[in-house]
Amino acid sequence: MTASLETAAQPQGLRRVAIDPVSRVEGHGKVTILLDAQNRVQQVRLHIVEFRGFEKFIEGRPYWEVPVMVQRLCGICPVSHHLASSKALDHVVGAMPVTPSALKIRRLMHYGQVMQSHALHYFHLSSPDLLFGFDSDVNRRNIVGVAAAHPDIAKKGVLLRKFGQEVIRATAGKRVHGTGSVPGGMNKHVSAADREMLLRDVQQMTDWAADAVDIAKTLHALNPVLYDHFGSFRSNMLSLVRADGALDLYDGVIRARDADGNMLFDGASDQGYLDLIEEEVKPWTYMKFPFLKSLGREHGWYRVGPLARLQNCDFIPSPRAEAQRREFADWGKGRTQHATLAYHWARMIEVLHCMEVIAALLDDPDILAGELMASGPRRHSGVGVIEAPRGTLIHHYEVGDDDLVTRCNLIVSTTHNNQAMNEAVRSVAREYLDGHELTEGLLNHIEVAIRAYDPCLSCATHALGKMPLEVALVGADGRLLDRVEKSSEGGFVHRLEAGA
Amino acid sequence: MTLPLLVFGWGNRSRGDDALGPLCVERLRAELAPREDIEFLDDYQLMVEHVLDLHGRRRVLFVDASLGCAPPFETLALRAAADGSISSHSLSPQALLQVYRELHDEDAPPCTLLAIRGMRFELGESPSASALAHLDAALHWARGWLSMPQVLRRA
Repeated sequence: MTASLETAAQPQGLRRVAIDPVSRVEGHGKVTILLDAQNRVQQVRLHIVEFRGFEKFIEGRPYWEVPVMVQRLCGICPVSHHLASSKALDHVVGAMPVTPSALKIRRLMHYGQVMQSHALHYFHLSSPDLLFGFDSDVNRRNIVGVAAAHPDIAKKGVLLRKFGQEVIRATAGKRVHGTGSVPGGMNKHVSAADREMLLRDVQQMTDWAADAVDIAKTLHALNPVLYDHFGSFRSNMLSLVRADGALDLYDGVIRARDADGNMLFDGASDQGYLDLIEEEVKPWTYMKFPFLKSLGREHGWYRVGPLARLQNCDFIPSPRAEAQRREFADWGKGRTQHATLAYHWARMIEVLHCMEVIAALLDDPDILAGELMASGPRRHSGVGVIEAPRGTLIHHYEVGDDDLVTRCNLIVSTTHNNQAMNEAVRSVAREYLDGHELTEGLLNHIEVAIRAYDPCLSCATHALGKMPLEVALVGADGRLLDRVEKSSEGGFVHRLEAGA
Repeated sequence: MTLPLLVFGWGNRSRGDDALGPLCVERLRAELAPREDIEFLDDYQLMVEHVLDLHGRRRVLFVDASLGCAPPFETLALRAAADGSISSHSLSPQALLQVYRELHDEDAPPCTLLAIRGMRFELGESPSASALAHLDAALHWARGWLSMPQVLRRA
């Protein structure tokens, strides 16, 4: 797991290619590739333009504002931040544990969030690559193209996403900026009307989720060479699991396995995450590189998210998803699967699991009635860890006697996967770009590898006119040789510069 | 029941001028609360599932902050376009209308975009004074648009 291609031996005199920003990735990402005169790849780096001011944005605020405030940091996974901050602040208000009703309503909200996020990612962000091919016509390789060629798939994606958002609305109170979860519990039950409305569609959605698993599985079976090897590299895996080893997206203990599936540690309390994880700073990027302290910087980096969760757990506690997990494990013939594209398969199994959990919770009377708030001895700090759609999310707060947050530390899923995404990009560059003339399709291979991790950089605004893509090829003398531009409307212009 | 008119704005309220879309919706919602023919919605971004919010409407007004339009605002009658703009977890209104056409086998209801010029989009910033002035001008236009005979009556 050494970081080959991270730094070229002799970077002077190499050509530089920048993919800036990576499209269909939330926020801004940039890939730089240094090529020698024979187009051999010498250095590849994924730079993520992560906003560094999240913690300062929170510090100094009253703690009870935080679960609502943190949703404004990210338009993509606001519910994950809402719940992770609530879990952390449960410790501060002494609500350990929260009441059964609060726990179940929060779980319902969270599984709705994960389901709808995964559905958006698979059906609308990744399916264009998977259904049409990585280097297919760029004008077709988008959701509009999917809707035209596969309207049934596009429609299922839209309706699954919509269902998940209705679950969020029913539990959080609003479609956007929900206020349902608070330090110590919840402030509302699910209404009987919302429960009835969701129950009407839950079986259909579960069946569609099962269809989505079949699509992912079929794509693997149709092209095993591509799916098993594209962007593949060995890594450790980290996630929460339930105390009995079951998959759990809302709560649990921290478990890590090595690249062969051997247990590195298990049953670790989320409150002690600082004893397990350290973050490395590298001079060429603002985003940190977390690693397991016990293994050190070089060998301790790891992957999080669906691929890690599905292989870290011992079983999935819902029957249809568990059956699919077993098939997934059988595909790997007992070995840990490290293929980047296996993230999609694992993600769809999680969608099915989420739907099974949602169905069960909707049948639970505790979501309609019962105590919502708990309290206990006041504390000055708390950690909340949750399995967000993209992986493990950590919120850590310290609160003064005046109720103001004095310190805040967040480690988001994309940061955990920083080294892994860099490795994926290097693997693809090594296999597909090395020695070849660059084309849009080849560069899209890089983006496909990054998109598999569904990175959420949460720092983007989406005003009209933002989010362009520019790829620049710079010669050894620093002269611009070639440039490709993609506008925010998707227009693609290839401008071959004079002298190239 | 689906209301005949939809006003839908998007943007992050904690990112300076990105708040213009939701702020415009909030102001109109407060001013026009007595009207029972308008639904007001806002979200962080325009997403593909918003295609479902268009169904059954007579007219739709989209509102967003814009870096590229002339100040204080521009309006545009939208047409469906397969522009491939789903370059993040969002897409253009034109692409949304194209998805609508593909999914429903018919064109979306008439949609108009109100693009309000913004300049600063940093996290934690309030909307700039000039952006708020643009918002006032855009609100004046939106009130007029929502009172036009062709908007009020079924074509």
